[in-house]
Amino acid sequence: MNAPTEPAPATLAEALGYYTQMVLIRRFEERAAQLRALGLVPGFLHPYIGQEAVAVGVCSALEAQDVLTSTHRGHGHMLARGADPSRMYAELFARVDGCNKAKGGSLHMIDKTLGFLGANGIVGGGIPLAAGAALQLKRQKSSAVAVSFFGDGATNEGSFHETLNLASLWRLPVLFVCENNLYGEFTRQDRHQTITDIADRASSYAMKGVVVDGNDVFAMREAALQATEQARHGGGPTLIEAKTYRHKGHFEGDMARYRPKDEVEAWMRRDPIILITEEITQKLGGSASDIEEAKAKVETQLDDAIAWAKERPHPLPEDALDDVFANSYEGAALL
Amino acid sequence: MSATYAEAIRQALAEELERDPNVFLIGEDIGESGGVFGATKGLWERFGPDRLLDTPISEEAVVGAAVGASLIGGRPVVEIMFGDFAALAMDMIVNQAAKIHYMTGGQLCAPLVVRMVTGTAGATAAQHSQSLEAWFVHTPGLKVAVPSTPEDAYVLLKEAIEDPDPVIFFEHKMLYSKRSYVPLATSESSSSSFGTGRIRREGSDVTIVSYLKTLDDALQAAGQLELEGISCEVFDPRTLVPFDRDGLASSLAKTGRLVIAHEAPVRAGVGAEIAAIAAAECFDLLTAPIARVGGLNTPVPYAPEMEHFTLPDADRIASTVRSVLEPREPLSASNHKEV
Repeated sequence: MNAPTEPAPATLAEALGYYTQMVLIRRFEERAAQLRALGLVPGFLHPYIGQEAVAVGVCSALEAQDVLTSTHRGHGHMLARGADPSRMYAELFARVDGCNKAKGGSLHMIDKTLGFLGANGIVGGGIPLAAGAALQLKRQKSSAVAVSFFGDGATNEGSFHETLNLASLWRLPVLFVCENNLYGEFTRQDRHQTITDIADRASSYAMKGVVVDGNDVFAMREAALQATEQARHGGGPTLIEAKTYRHKGHFEGDMARYRPKDEVEAWMRRDPIILITEEITQKLGGSASDIEEAKAKVETQLDDAIAWAKERPHPLPEDALDDVFANSYEGAALL
Repeated sequence: MSATYAEAIRQALAEELERDPNVFLIGEDIGESGGVFGATKGLWERFGPDRLLDTPISEEAVVGAAVGASLIGGRPVVEIMFGDFAALAMDMIVNQAAKIHYMTGGQLCAPLVVRMVTGTAGATAAQHSQSLEAWFVHTPGLKVAVPSTPEDAYVLLKEAIEDPDPVIFFEHKMLYSKRSYVPLATSESSSSSFGTGRIRREGSDVTIVSYLKTLDDALQAAGQLELEGISCEVFDPRTLVPFDRDGLASSLAKTGRLVIAHEAPVRAGVGAEIAAIAAAECFDLLTAPIARVGGLNTPVPYAPEMEHFTLPDADRIASTVRSVLEPREPLSASNHKEV
């Protein structure tokens, strides 16, 4: 296992940028849960709260032409990539101006313009897609990379193992980012696999595997920079294991009583937003008002996004018939 | 040109590889070795390893990689060496490729073709012989092609590769050596073959709908029945999604009777859907009950005698046609038999 080298020091402005994104994700999720309780979100939510440093750290290392695949817990990845929360709320509210025109909801959110190839309702479903995108990038002789986020649960899927083998064999420009939040749905890691460090699995595919503190946005950024650098120069894939924790249950409404109280408390003390706040105020010379200003900015952005989304029209029932096919052969019986 | 079905597929692949640099072939042993059934023979020498990707035996990752590449401009053609192995890639086909255009509100397309080698080759037994087209017909978002002739293998494959949607392309093992005339495309095809059926034989008493290898059996049955004074029209839908409903209705307007024949098991097979379309949309045209002939509802057995017993052939299709022509007594409580 190669631990990443000591992160390069961030500037205050960079750190405040990461902080703002992490708070945006945190508050987007908290407010989505409240709005769901009020009946505005008809479907599932799988909150990303607690894992913000992974998405923000990795996405900070990416270039505009890079592409990503995500998971059922995908809002954080999409926001970290720069997606518009207004369109995301509109999607959650199942309105026509949602990012997926109300056809996907939380589990399938996408923004093609950002190279964000979608959340995914199938555990491990995005992993082969990212490798395929990396294959296409390589075939086009692009210097772009693909990133696949997935959880610890996905590392027991065939798609994970088949894809790591293929990506290593073909030296594809791809980052496999495993967010090990210690639970696959309700099942603790030691009850779903016999290893502690998922990064160990890289070695059986002759791939570099690294373990990173997933609650440390700077460490995540550094690991992602090293992996993208390698991938962009033909060095092939890396498996990054981010050790992290979800603060909430598997889905909104899951009380997560299967987790020991002391474990939850220990991880809450290592809340990634607390860690970056300490870094900003204690090491980088940031002030309490910098922090308050960033929080207020996020709150205003989300107020506006929610207000806009709430006013968007609902789809017509028959809109369900659109988009089944890209080429629908006028007149032929396809549906 | 005169070509076998396998040569027609190879010709279509070669033309598409030539036409569009984003087209590439991916699958197990398709490259240097030319494919288990020889469909890609010679293409590796011509187009090289960047266009023909030999893969590990990892159906899910291979189809998934093809889907992923297709999302950002690739036009992959995957070969599933035996259609039975599609079971290992179903998530990527059914949950990813089929739905991605829809789920994303039309933002993404997955223009890949999955070539699946289907049906029995004789004693290929239960895991290398299945006809699984109904699985894919049942999944909204997929188009399904079932070419029965070298010409259709060529035309439909070219259209499938150029289509922006995922296409499942079935190739029957017993058809690879079938030879006939294939008119090569001279320019961009102006009209679509997808959703356009063909009358393979004109007739007036019964319409037989069939495709893939069973279509040949249906034509043979029609020849036998002609000697008995029974005139069969044989209708080849060419694609199952889209399905040529108008073509079916036009034929039924002539014949009033319908038999559907396919190698797949009868239960919930494509024949059930075609029968339902006919019953719902052409009820007034029908003068006899619709009949289906297909595989029995068993796995495909190994022994030739047993395999022959379970799969349809010309004789079985002919006897099914005769049965729909038998005079029927009016239904009453006394002659209504429980089945």
